[in-house]
Amino acid sequence: MMMGLIHAGIGSLVATIGLQPPAASTISSDVDHLYYVLSGITIFFTVLIFSCIFVFMIKYRRRSDDEVPVATHTPLAVELTWTIIPSLICAVLFVWAAAVYVRNSRPPASSTEIFVIGKQWMWHLQHMEGPREINELHVPVGVPIKVTMTSQDVIHDFYIPAFRVKKDVLPGRYSSIWFQATQTGTYHLFCAQYCGTNHSEMIGWIYVMSQTDYANWLASGEKTESLAQQGERLFSQYGCNNCHVPEGNGRAPSLVGIYGKPEKLQNGETRVVDESLIQQAIITPNSVHLPSYQPIMPTYQGQIDSDQMLQLIAYVKSLGSEERNGK
Amino acid sequence: MSTATADIQERPGAESVNYLNANYGIKSWFLTFDHKRIGLLYLASINLMFLVGGIAAVMMRFHLIEPQGALFEPETYNKMFSTHGIIMVFFFLVPSIPATLGNFLIPLMIGARDVAFPKLNLLSWYVFITGASLALIGVLTGGVDTGWTFYPPYSSLYSHTAVTVVAFGVFIAGFSSILTGLNFIVTIHKMRAPGMTWFRLPLFIWAMYATSLIFVLGTPVIAITLFLLALERILHVGIFDPAVGGDPLLFQHLFWFYSHPAVYIMILPGMGVVSELITAFSRKKIFGYSFVAFSSLSIAVISFVVWGHHMFVTGQSVYAGLVFSVLSFLVAIPSAVKVFNWTATLYRGSISYEAPMLYALGFIGLFTIGGLTGLFLASLATDVHLNGTYFIVAHFHYVMVGGAVMAYLGGIHFWWPKISGRLYPDLWARIAAAIIFIGFNLTFFPQFVLGYLGMPRRYAVYPAEFQVLNVMSSAGASILGIGYVIPLVYLIWSMKYGPVASANPWKAKGLEWTVPSPPPTENFAEIPIVTEDAYNYPTIEAHQYPDAPGVARV
Repeated sequence: MMMGLIHAGIGSLVATIGLQPPAASTISSDVDHLYYVLSGITIFFTVLIFSCIFVFMIKYRRRSDDEVPVATHTPLAVELTWTIIPSLICAVLFVWAAAVYVRNSRPPASSTEIFVIGKQWMWHLQHMEGPREINELHVPVGVPIKVTMTSQDVIHDFYIPAFRVKKDVLPGRYSSIWFQATQTGTYHLFCAQYCGTNHSEMIGWIYVMSQTDYANWLASGEKTESLAQQGERLFSQYGCNNCHVPEGNGRAPSLVGIYGKPEKLQNGETRVVDESLIQQAIITPNSVHLPSYQPIMPTYQGQIDSDQMLQLIAYVKSLGSEERNGK
Repeated sequence: MSTATADIQERPGAESVNYLNANYGIKSWFLTFDHKRIGLLYLASINLMFLVGGIAAVMMRFHLIEPQGALFEPETYNKMFSTHGIIMVFFFLVPSIPATLGNFLIPLMIGARDVAFPKLNLLSWYVFITGASLALIGVLTGGVDTGWTFYPPYSSLYSHTAVTVVAFGVFIAGFSSILTGLNFIVTIHKMRAPGMTWFRLPLFIWAMYATSLIFVLGTPVIAITLFLLALERILHVGIFDPAVGGDPLLFQHLFWFYSHPAVYIMILPGMGVVSELITAFSRKKIFGYSFVAFSSLSIAVISFVVWGHHMFVTGQSVYAGLVFSVLSFLVAIPSAVKVFNWTATLYRGSISYEAPMLYALGFIGLFTIGGLTGLFLASLATDVHLNGTYFIVAHFHYVMVGGAVMAYLGGIHFWWPKISGRLYPDLWARIAAAIIFIGFNLTFFPQFVLGYLGMPRRYAVYPAEFQVLNVMSSAGASILGIGYVIPLVYLIWSMKYGPVASANPWKAKGLEWTVPSPPPTENFAEIPIVTEDAYNYPTIEAHQYPDAPGVARV
């Protein structure tokens, strides 16, 4: 309680003099508290070492060139003390920082999902409900948001300083972060992994809105199909539904409920069906095909762009939830 | 022996034969096998590289005075910071102390006439300048815009700049590191004078030994990595780019497997230099000799298993993150032990403040800040926020510039009388040290704040709210730049006009101070027999003279 008050005090102090970024997510204050303690430790030891040096510099300055200093010996206890105390401090810091990190590594099950595609040099942000934004993202306050990200070209990094979240956005795989905004407002979105010429212009804004404003914003936009509906259309357009029928047949597995399930592949590996696996199955089907089926699916490499890939993934994921809803 | 040679040296007009005047002419330098001359060849080449990297840095800081960028298009700015990083890391910091002071001092300190393989030593310099020339050619003909980290797939299949040439230069220069490391390891094992046992070695030698281990074990990995990068870039073999079947994170694992230990290649030699300076200017034995020596070795070993802390936000698994976090905290401990021991060495010393000592004390202070801010980055939760921002830039400049470069300058000043046979004006040297300390802090301290506020690194343009701190940093950089030019001027001046130095102007311990300044080509007329520990400065026991004025201050 006392510590909390002190932390809050320091927080408002550094914020007032402009030394702190806005703190607008549920984890911001956890990270900041750790940051203050680390700063405290840094200041303490820096002052300690500097004062020792200054005191010794003055007290033991050489008065004449022939003077002989007094011998000091090295007691083991002293060496052990200044080995063990830093070790203990490090142990505490490790556990604390790891606890915050692990607690924030898994998004809550109830999270709203948003897809992000990074490409040189813009952010493509896709709401499940259909609206798509470029370099801007509107999100409701107080709702956990899971962001699933991939890159069309080089490595980017999705960084929202106010939320204290950051993760690399890699080509060929999907990474994710989540956050829950606590304050409405407008916050920076940065690319934090150097990605070429206009890296510093790959920036944008996060608009955190009240839940009613957000609902109005969603409703006010152009009426679009949801991402899963767009995916469903593609699913029949590319003829996927000829083999992947819901009840399953001899040619291809049913995709109903497959998302999130572990599957044993032909090569013996067992993998959970996630965004990366679905993408791999579409691009290079034979590398991940299931043992009970013939490897007859053709590759769709070069035919499906990353936006369409997201739509297909969203559709496959929606099949999973329908099944669960049905039960 | 030492008094006799000192007398000869101080007799006016009597110019003794030494390694500098033993023979003249370009051939006598470029075909020399003398470790001291090779050290000077390196000194000239790496200082040239420092100049190139430094000019790039000053240009960058000028550019960042304005949020929309004051000087360049983003493309040029990107080339500027890439040039700065590549030149400073691979062609200045990595070779800095080992190739110059290490080459010059290792045989002198252990009582040997040369390194184990003098011809290999000269070869390593030729290999280095070949690599350095390639890198410079690449930088001047089109430049490179990948940053010093060369992350694919940007570097392999997207960048249109001279990546291949520059990476090849780095690849070649790596072999000079391997040759130097090999030479030092064998020299330290086999060439020590009679009586120079492992625990009588100066701590500089321990640091060089630890550094050489990393040279030999780590450098091949970066060589392989850059080779694979070139394969992908030239032949489109799918290694790192997923579009051609590769894995982009594989590169980062390989790259940091070398490049994190390489951080210790840069700082361990500096730690060795500081151990020498602190003892010489406090006229005291080092506090906790074996703790300082073994901390160098444990840093070298642990440094190989912490690379994953560069990748906490790449999507590596939570468990990998936990392991690398705990190991990164572990590597902080031996560094802390060193700082405490240096500080304790000052206790009850007889301390004087010539320029090298000012650099050494500056090193301790700045390295302390650099090390402690590393804890923010070993901590998983804070690293997520700070990674990739200016906080990282500030942190590693406190270690690399506040640490390694300070120690390099301190070492050059300390051994300059031995190297050149001349003294430099100490007042100017102290002024320069103070200017560098102030300029350094003004440049890099604001960057800690910038990073916490969220400003990403490698931004050619930036939001206006970050301008004040950027201007402070740029102002500091101009002071720092002036600070670096002053020593260049008076050190060159001293070579011709400086007063002649005696064999041991600092009254320091160590075999290198028992031979004339500059030393003769063969170093020792007779190989010395060592009978005492390192830093065996005369001291008295506290209980013997509790109140003797001017002598024992208890």
